[in-house]
Amino acid sequence: MSNLNLQLKVWRQSSANAKGTFQEIEARDIPDHASFLEMMDIVNERMIAKGEEPVAFDHDCREGICGMCSMVINGVPHGPEKATTTCQLHMRKFKTGDTIWVEPFRARAFPVVKDLVVDRSAFDRIQQAGGFVTVRTGAPQDANALPIGKDVADAAMDAAACIGCGACVAACKNASAMLYVGAKAGQLNSLPQGQPEKTRRTLGMVRQMDKEGFGNCTNQYECEASCPKEIKRNWIGKLNRDYAVSAAVEAVVGLGNASSGGD
Amino acid sequence: MPLDSKIPSGPLADKWSKHKQDSKLINPKNKRKFTVIVVGSGLAGSAAAASLAELGYKVKCFCFQDSPRRAHSIAAQGGINAAKNYQNDGDSTYRLFYDTIKGGDFRAREGNVYRLAEVSANIIDQCVAQGVPFAREYGGMLANRSFGGAQVSRTFYARGQTGQQLLLGAYSALNKEIANGGVQMYSRCEMLELVTVDGHTKGIITRDLVTGKVEAHAGDTVLLCTGGYGNVFYLSTNAMGCNVTATWRAHKKGAFFANPCYTQIHPTCIPVSGDYQSKLTLMSESLRNDGRVWAPKKQGDTRHPKDIPEDERDYYLERKYPSFGNLAPRDISSRAAKEACDDGRGVGPGGRGVYLDFAEAIQQFGENTIRERYGNLFDMYERITGESAYKQPMRIYPAVHYTMGGLWVDYNLMSNLPGLHVLGEANFSDHGANRLGASALMQGLADGYFVIPTTIANYLVTQKPGSITTDHPEFKKALEDIKAKTNRLLSIKGKRSVDSFHRELGLLVWDKCGMARTREGLTEALEKIPALRDEFWNNVTIPGSGDAFNQELEKAGRVADFLEFAELLCIDARHREESCGGHFRSEYQYEDGEAKRDDENFTYAAAWGYTGDFAQPELNKEELKFEEVHLAVRSYK
Repeated sequence: MSNLNLQLKVWRQSSANAKGTFQEIEARDIPDHASFLEMMDIVNERMIAKGEEPVAFDHDCREGICGMCSMVINGVPHGPEKATTTCQLHMRKFKTGDTIWVEPFRARAFPVVKDLVVDRSAFDRIQQAGGFVTVRTGAPQDANALPIGKDVADAAMDAAACIGCGACVAACKNASAMLYVGAKAGQLNSLPQGQPEKTRRTLGMVRQMDKEGFGNCTNQYECEASCPKEIKRNWIGKLNRDYAVSAAVEAVVGLGNASSGGD
Repeated sequence: MPLDSKIPSGPLADKWSKHKQDSKLINPKNKRKFTVIVVGSGLAGSAAAASLAELGYKVKCFCFQDSPRRAHSIAAQGGINAAKNYQNDGDSTYRLFYDTIKGGDFRAREGNVYRLAEVSANIIDQCVAQGVPFAREYGGMLANRSFGGAQVSRTFYARGQTGQQLLLGAYSALNKEIANGGVQMYSRCEMLELVTVDGHTKGIITRDLVTGKVEAHAGDTVLLCTGGYGNVFYLSTNAMGCNVTATWRAHKKGAFFANPCYTQIHPTCIPVSGDYQSKLTLMSESLRNDGRVWAPKKQGDTRHPKDIPEDERDYYLERKYPSFGNLAPRDISSRAAKEACDDGRGVGPGGRGVYLDFAEAIQQFGENTIRERYGNLFDMYERITGESAYKQPMRIYPAVHYTMGGLWVDYNLMSNLPGLHVLGEANFSDHGANRLGASALMQGLADGYFVIPTTIANYLVTQKPGSITTDHPEFKKALEDIKAKTNRLLSIKGKRSVDSFHRELGLLVWDKCGMARTREGLTEALEKIPALRDEFWNNVTIPGSGDAFNQELEKAGRVADFLEFAELLCIDARHREESCGGHFRSEYQYEDGEAKRDDENFTYAAAWGYTGDFAQPELNKEELKFEEVHLAVRSYK
């Protein structure tokens, strides 16, 4: 184990409407076994000791699953390591003398709350617009009464692995949320349980996405490259297809009929 | 004070059916008049909020994270138990009940545990209906795996992300109800106080973590679904934000805290690597299906694991527990690892680690099969340690993972404080002194989806809906108290950071009240905790103000509560003069090092009441009656 000396340039912004700026912070003697967030902890402890306000950043589980940590590190959401959240990025991936730029996820739909913390509630509102199967708590049929092929179940699981962090949006020059929406809609739209509401779900989620101010997808797949859970671009293609069919169904038979079986 | 657990009479297998029949009903029109406050949005909280809104109650749900989907249930890896007997291997409701009672070292309530086993099968049906992508076989049927403490295969799973998928299922149900207007969701909003009026729970005080605004919310009942207190140890597998604040503030308002000393140390975590460390990472117990645990036979053996020949390795779990082997329950496996390390046979930095070796499984099934089963866990291990578990054994060491203790509740999940319900890890009810793997998800969802929707009416029918509003003087007083407390924290302006106090507390509690405890050590901790608490209130420093986003202030409030709670934890551990499950008192063990229970004197749940003096809590006992099972020495040999 060795220690690193680093130069940080960290985005500081006191509140949503305040003007932000980069602050230079020395980060000396950082153990290379520490995670990136533990490096930030060390830096913050030193700032507190000097009576300064520490850098605000979102984090919680620190094991790469809750999706709360964010940060753009050297221009890349969650930093340079493939398939890795910021909390799982370790300092052994950096060298002494490195300058590291640390910024919040930037997107119109993700306003800054403070420093590196952004408001991602737009993601929740997209889910509320259709990211569910309408089933009451109660006594549905036996779980094995509905066989689902392993390949279908595995594909749904691939999509369901999304942690809702927003890196896909931060990576996209248009701040598009297509990968995020595609993953959730795709999970449910490919399972038998999700069929009855497929049209309503697809239209609802896509329209809410537009309403929140996310940009258009121009098929460059920075989202896929930055996704810590390696959600594949094909979910965007599926969302586009599902949307085309759903919009056509809506235009021809109307949404009310479409969702109740079309009779 | 006598504690009435309200366990229904009659045969064990009929209790829940009978109770459902006997429970009160509220007509759909009247349900709308009741406001239910749900604090926490993990499995228990999201499931309860969604299910109660479906029934027609007006629900307000609160979480401190930026989205309800981030609650720490999301991190559970391995699976969820259910007595489906899809494998035809002899499983049944009774067997799941018995395994859970035995796993809990005969310190849980029979009635609650049987109900848990009974509704377990419904949970799987419910989750599948929501679109949770459980692992399946080629024929389209659900797959199962084995887990510790059981000899049947009853664990359902979604790769190594079962908690995530179940939580996202509950979150989707919650979203459905938010969209319908049945649930009002408050994210980045932390509960700081419980409000009681004439002895009944009538609401909470919250702080909006973005604006700093302190607000009152009135309701007809409050559900705390706020998880466990594992972060009292600072280092644990819990998320950084997990805290005891909600349950502790409720305790100080009169709710009994039961069995805090039952804490679970998980055997398979990545060892500590330095003092900057902020959390410990769990490697799912499911790894023990294919991994073999060993330590070198020789003390101080620093050779690379591949240079240690087979006959110089001690597969100590297989040796000591031939019938359960590497799948021995968590408390037993953890202590065995500690013993090996205490004996000087630990591996890795500081000698606090043992090996979990997949070489044999990789040889038998091929690397691809192992990758399919545990790929994400192996990747996570490599990211954190820089080592590949495909090429060399993992190093693991026990870490605090789950807390079986919590607020005391009766069969309706209501605490002794009328109107306060407690669900999931936050209550004490189902796991006794030790929880079996894949049972936490089961309990959270059972409480939220299936128990509370029935039992809540038993309280609500006694109340006039909306009778108390936030205009009541008790709310005004609570608001002022919380504002004053915040100002007091901010005005200390001392020299030490919040984290430095949390670390010091954690080390002390881990050292004296961790895997092995003694009267002497606990007494020492009980002298040091109040001193540390005093220092905190005189020397902590919190930059920034209270009327804005301030993470140091958030942490300070939580650490202040841990500094009080830690004392109760150690008092409970010292009072329980026996070893059982996760509570191991070195004075009480058999010659072979196994835990020695004292059934004659300690077959009770210790429910502590707050007296105003942390050092002198009031002990209330709920005697545990075993009508169905016979108390036996828990053996996994």
